[in-house]
This record gives sequence, C-alpha cells and structure tokens, in this order.
Amino acid sequence: MNMESVERLKEICCDVRADIVRMTNAAASGHPGGSLSSVEAMVALYCNVMNHRPSDPSWSERDRFFLSKGHSCPVVYATMARTGYFPVEELLTLRKLGTRLQGHPSCKTLPGIEVSSGSLGQGLSVANGFALAAKIDGKPYRAYCLMGDGELQEGQIWEAMMTAAHYKLDNVCGIVDYNGLQIDGDIEKVMGLAPLADKWRSFNWHVIEADGHDVAAMLAAYDEARRTKGKPSVIVMKTVKGKGVSFMENVAGWHGKPCNQEEMAQALADIYGKGN
Amino acid sequence: MSVKMLPTRDGYGHGLVELGATNPDVIVLDADLAKSTRSDWFQAKYPDRFFDIGIAEQDMIGTAAGLALGGKIPFATTYAVFVAGRAWDQVRTTVCYSKLNVKIAGAHGGISAGGDGATHQSLEDVALMRVLPNMTVILPCDANEAKRATLAAAKMDGPCYLRFAREATPVFTDENDTFEIGKAVVLKPGTDVSIIAAGPLVYEALLAHDLLAAQGVSARVINMHTIKPLDEAAVLAAAKETGAIVTIDEAQLAGGLGGAVAELLVSHRPVPVEMMGIRDTFLECGLPEELAAKYQLTAKDVVAAVGRVLARK
Repeated sequence: MNMESVERLKEICCDVRADIVRMTNAAASGHPGGSLSSVEAMVALYCNVMNHRPSDPSWSERDRFFLSKGHSCPVVYATMARTGYFPVEELLTLRKLGTRLQGHPSCKTLPGIEVSSGSLGQGLSVANGFALAAKIDGKPYRAYCLMGDGELQEGQIWEAMMTAAHYKLDNVCGIVDYNGLQIDGDIEKVMGLAPLADKWRSFNWHVIEADGHDVAAMLAAYDEARRTKGKPSVIVMKTVKGKGVSFMENVAGWHGKPCNQEEMAQALADIYGKGN
Repeated sequence: MSVKMLPTRDGYGHGLVELGATNPDVIVLDADLAKSTRSDWFQAKYPDRFFDIGIAEQDMIGTAAGLALGGKIPFATTYAVFVAGRAWDQVRTTVCYSKLNVKIAGAHGGISAGGDGATHQSLEDVALMRVLPNMTVILPCDANEAKRATLAAAKMDGPCYLRFAREATPVFTDENDTFEIGKAVVLKPGTDVSIIAAGPLVYEALLAHDLLAAQGVSARVINMHTIKPLDEAAVLAAAKETGAIVTIDEAQLAGGLGGAVAELLVSHRPVPVEMMGIRDTFLECGLPEELAAKYQLTAKDVVAAVGRVLARK
C-alpha cells in the first residue's frame, strides 16, 4: 500500500463523509451518525495502517478488520470504495434489493467484509479468535475491531476483553468510537460507561486515548498499538456523533436517520466547506 | 444379554483425540466444563490447541468464529442448554449467517442431565439449532456413532451442531460402521410401521421393534442421526412402504425431529404420524430412566405409540 499524506487523508475523509450522506439518502434509511464519527479511524486504518490488498480481498496474509458495530457499515463501505475495493457508484445501491451492500454487512455478499455483523457486542470475540489463530500459526497479521461506545453495554464485549488479555493477544487492536450518544440519548444517562478508559485498563489492556477526528493522532495511536507487546491495545477515541455535518453533530436523533434532499445539500456544503 | 454402556460424550472425547492426531487445524474450546464434556481428553494430549474461555459461552462462539476465519476447525464445547440458549444469537448471526466452519458440541443434552433439574435439561436445543439456515444438526445414537459424527463434522465445511448425552447409554452400533452426514441408517427392516428416532432413544426403538415383533408387527427402525439436513428420501420411503410413522424426540416436540418429519410428510405424503417427545413443559429432577418412564419415552411407550398410529392407518 502507498502511504497517503495527512493532507490527502483529510481529503479522503471529506469524500467518505459525503459518501455516507449520499448513500444513506439514496437508501432513505441507514445510520449516518456513528458512521460520521468513525471516518478518520477508518480512513487512517485502510489507507495507511492495514496491510491489505483491495484488488485481492481474500489475500491470506492480510490484516483483518472486524466491524463489531455493524450498523456503521456506511463508513466501511465508503472507505472500501475510496481505497479501491469496488466502484464508488456502487455505494448508492446501499440497502436496495440485490445489493452487495446490505444494511448491516454480510461477508457472503461483499468480499472484504470479514464477518457478518449487526447484532451488537459480537465483533471483539471474533477478532480475538482470528488473532489466536494468527498466534498459533506464527503469522504477523493483526486483527482490528471497531466498536461503538453504546455497544460496550453488551456483556459479551467484557467477556472478550478478558479473553484477549488472558491470552495476551497483542495482535488485537480495538477501537472504541466514544461519541457519547446512543439511540435513547446520552450514554451517561441511558447506562453510564465512565470511567471508560480506566475500565479497559483494569481489564489489562493497553489503552490509548486519542482525538478520533485528528488523522495524525489516529495514525500515531495505531502505531503505538502495533508497538505494544504482551497485551491487547484499545484506542478509546473521543469523537463527535455526526461529525462534519453541522446539524447532525452531537444529536442522537441522527443515529439512524438519513438526510432528505434539502438536508443533504446543507450536509455536503458543511463537509466540503470544512474540509477545504 | 448385557449390553455395553457408555455416554455419547465419551465418543466425542475419543473423536477429538483422534482428530488431534490427524488434523493439526482442529482446535478445541470449552467454557469451564472440559471434564464433563470430555474435551479435557483432547486438552491433555494437545494443550497448545485447547483454549478454555471460561464461563462465557457467547465469547466462546465468537472466538470460534474468529478461529474459523483464521483457517482453523474449532470445536466449541459446553452443555447443550447453554450453547443453544445463551449463545443462540452468536450462533445465528456470527456463525450461521457468515457460514463459518464452526463445530458446536452440546453435552448433557435431553433428559440425561436428570439430577440437575430443568435448568440443565436441554430440550430446546434441537429446535433452536434446526431453525438456523446453514446449520447441520447431528444427534449420535451411541458412543461409537458419536465418535464417527465428530470425525465427520471436522470433514464437512460449515456450521455443525453435535448433541451428546451425559449418562451411559447402550452401545449398539459397531466401531467399524460407516457414517454419512444426512444419510439415515435403517437398523431394522419392517413393513407395518416405521419408527424414526435420533440420539440414545434409538435404542428404545430397537427394544420396541422386538416387542412388536412378538405381537406380529413388523416395525422398521430408522436412526435419523442427522436431523438437518433431513434424509427426506428415507422418510418418504418409510411413509410409502409402511404407511405409518412414529417419531421419538428427546426434546420438546415443537421444532424437533418429529416436526421435521411431519413438515416433510404433510406436503408430500401425509400418512398417520405419532410424535413422542416432551410436550411443552419443563421437567424436574430425577434419574434419566425415571424421567424417561414418567415422560413416556421408553420402549413400552413406543409400542403404545405404534398401536395408536396403526389404529389410524
């Protein structure tokens, strides 16, 4: 993979944001909020961090990315399209009959999706299992897993946290999109997670706290995770739900609601206005 | 004549040990029940390929899914009631929807966990696993078949659920018998009625066969070890050639083997069917044989069911 400059990554982030808005608008459904908050994490990962081949998605030596919060697949689809997995135009087929871009991702329809997801809380266990297989085989590839913060309310996540630490899976890198909002509102009001970083630390993880919208900081965080040996790493990234679209930012109501035409025009103006 | 008695979970343990020697990709997981499930036999010989996940069935299934994605053949092992119940969503969404090569072993199935009571008696697992697309469901009838089924599961690609029993049950198949997933075994030929069973209760069907023979009734006994995919040809042939069927489930009637047989026959060849099994109730503590008697799952009950179905012919 060619490494992209931070400036170029920022441009790609703008395109991915615009894709998220456009594809959910075209689908008239989908989840823009938590997709927009994960953009920098995904773009940094797919452009400069993961060892993978978009033209050969089943290349056996690739690093694996597991989307635990399956509803945020628009950001994954857009990042995949922008890194060459499939044509950008296909994004507009999201959620339509016959599409490869299922409303929650299916590994049976879209090469490059490692495992189907959509029921929350399951991805970290899968990342662990893959990382365990890599350890058994002495392979250098790594497992990345993006989780939502609300998703951490699922008990299985904490089971998986214990497993990764117990088996010293330093080839696992978790990423938590800590935007602080879930469908029913503020996470601390619905079911509090704080102090979140301390909780991961007490489960024997190496915790990296980062600004999830600072691409350079995310690149540094991934690098720190890669260099950490003997324990799994998690990047607890502070983010803004709906980031980049003025009227969506920090509004829980945009978790699972797409823009209409008028809103989309405003959203695209916001995205490219801020990016330029 | 005394018959050798072994629990089918022993067959699983022997199968795992053989797989350990022959297939380096086989990995065994357990959820703190390795001694009970016999996965500790594999652990003792292949400790580098055994992982205890602790009391965390959902995480175990997800970990197994990841191992499968890494090219391994994981056997995720625990009690049937826990894996089929507590981890059902993980089995459904991560394993079956993704069609991953994960093997799931449910021990202490059916009434064999008698003394533990209703919490541990797995009576819903068959229905819960059978309803899942891409899933194969196997109930071995004795310890020998349990070993064969374990070896066969490792060879097939895709999700597979294997159910084993806690209690020692009669060993009546031969060590050298063949085993083909999805292919029923006709243990006794017969022309008046067919008895279709799976798991250790197949032996009750065999005992019933002899009791019926003494009454002049010719009963075909079919070991339907694979409940999904169902051997439809064997069921349809039984319906055509004997005209009446008795099914035996060591499980809730809803969604079990009897249901699978009835679903097929109602569309293709409706003949009278009597379904034996647990009738929409939780059970209670008791020795497995006491439970079998109370909930009408013995050879005597098979004979009675045959009488009922023949009267409807």
